[in-house]
Amino acid sequence: MGFLGPNGAGKSTTMRILSGILPASSGSAWVGGISVAQDPHEVKRKIGYMPENNPLPDDMRVVEYLRFRARLKEVPGRKLRETVQEAMEICDLARTARRKIIGTLSKGFRQRVGIADALLGEPEVIIMDEPTIGLDPHQIQGIRKLIDNLRGKLTVVLSSHILPEIERSCDRVIVINRGRIVAAGTSQELRDEFIPGNRFLLEVVGEAGMVELALNQSGIDAAIIDEGEVTNRRKKLILRVESAGVNGSDLIRILSQRKEFSLMSLAPAEPTLEEIFLAATKRSWEETIDEKPQDHQSDLETTTETIL
Amino acid sequence: MRHFVTLLKHELRMLFISPSTYVAGVLFLCLMGFLYWAILRGTVNAPSETLPSVQFFSIFWIPVFFVVPLLTMRSIADERSTGTLDTLMTTPVSRGAVVLSKFAGAYIFYLFLWALTLGFPYITQKLYPHAAETGALLNVASITGSFVFLAISGVLFISIGILASSFTRSQLVAGMLCFTTLFVVIVGGQQLGNLAENGGQFAGWMDATVNYLQIFQHLDDFSRGIIDTRPFFYYISTGMLLLGISTLVIEAKA
Repeated sequence: MGFLGPNGAGKSTTMRILSGILPASSGSAWVGGISVAQDPHEVKRKIGYMPENNPLPDDMRVVEYLRFRARLKEVPGRKLRETVQEAMEICDLARTARRKIIGTLSKGFRQRVGIADALLGEPEVIIMDEPTIGLDPHQIQGIRKLIDNLRGKLTVVLSSHILPEIERSCDRVIVINRGRIVAAGTSQELRDEFIPGNRFLLEVVGEAGMVELALNQSGIDAAIIDEGEVTNRRKKLILRVESAGVNGSDLIRILSQRKEFSLMSLAPAEPTLEEIFLAATKRSWEETIDEKPQDHQSDLETTTETIL
Repeated sequence: MRHFVTLLKHELRMLFISPSTYVAGVLFLCLMGFLYWAILRGTVNAPSETLPSVQFFSIFWIPVFFVVPLLTMRSIADERSTGTLDTLMTTPVSRGAVVLSKFAGAYIFYLFLWALTLGFPYITQKLYPHAAETGALLNVASITGSFVFLAISGVLFISIGILASSFTRSQLVAGMLCFTTLFVVIVGGQQLGNLAENGGQFAGWMDATVNYLQIFQHLDDFSRGIIDTRPFFYYISTGMLLLGISTLVIEAKA
């Protein structure tokens, strides 16, 4: 599950409340059916938490640190070695970084240590606050693969600023702003809600303005929302089609009949999560200006419930 | 309890591998060795009524002022500023166990440093066997008494340091807070006592209270081999109270 929001939206706060570090000022948080406020210890047994910036003690060795953490997470003594070894193997630490001192590790490896730590003790939910912040693209890919490997085994909650990241690794996305949920669902559901209608990217040579007219004359409700010039006469258009049931082949058929322009290419344009994010947060800002701010926590409550 | 043992082992291991531990240890032993030598010289030049060991332990406040803040200022403040306190809090460990393990780690090291000073009279005895014939160097009663005093007063001093460290994320602030509080507790009690002796205008119950807080008076009794239960109560109850407050501070200032 992915957690999105602008800076200061309350992502980290929500994650801290869920992991029991911070008491909620109002509302209630539940993890796996257990109230965080009523039974924090039981909740802590069920979660693995990796905070923002991933703090680690610099002067310990990786394996020592993980054993220490495993003991704190009540892994029984017999299974200790095995559990730590397993976590290190999942995170690809077992061979290269096993005996290294944490302070000397690169940022990517530190992040892996943090994830390995979160995996210890068989948690049901893993909460990661910005796991890929400050990493280079190779390392980001590595971490992403790691998260993909965990899919199906346990619930992973992660927050990030990098939207394609969330889109790739998460089944469900929650967008929050100022402590309130502004959008929740799969990325497809969010697309339908915030950026309705089909979008097509097309390139035409000739009079681009006629495209809209041509479609409207054929009874299709369409509008050009963006126009760019490729070369002198060749133009790139983004077209929004409001009418339901219109697909690419209909458009090709209608547009190729016209003489004013010739259609060079046509492709469906899926709105990116970025656009959804901007649309959702913009809408929420407009709403908060209209109405008075309400109880923020009540929305966070739903967040925590929907997570599970 | 299980967590406490894990955390304490971790604390001791971190102390063991950290260079600052050794620096503090060497500085402490150099200073105390020098002071012991000065005391011995003093007794050689002008024979004195008090035993060298009693004189030695009566200057316990000098190392306390710098060793206790150095030992404790790192404990919670450092974990808070690096953020490892947060990761610790997401494991099923109680706040009390965290505070207690920090306390126990620093306390064990503090006692260990003091135990090393036992080497001084021992070395003197080996080098100058005739000096030991009077039995003045290793006087069992006074050394035992002084060590009991150091052990129980250490509970209060170290817990003052832990509390100071739990308030802030800056080690410097924690160290200064600890130093000032120790100063007020050790010297302030003494000054109150002096005031009472000079003016004598305290009411009866207040006189008793002031006497109760006289740390040097406690040491006097203990180093003569008199072990009183009232100081026990004072140091240990206050120490536990401060550790309890530290737990609450950690809980509130997540």
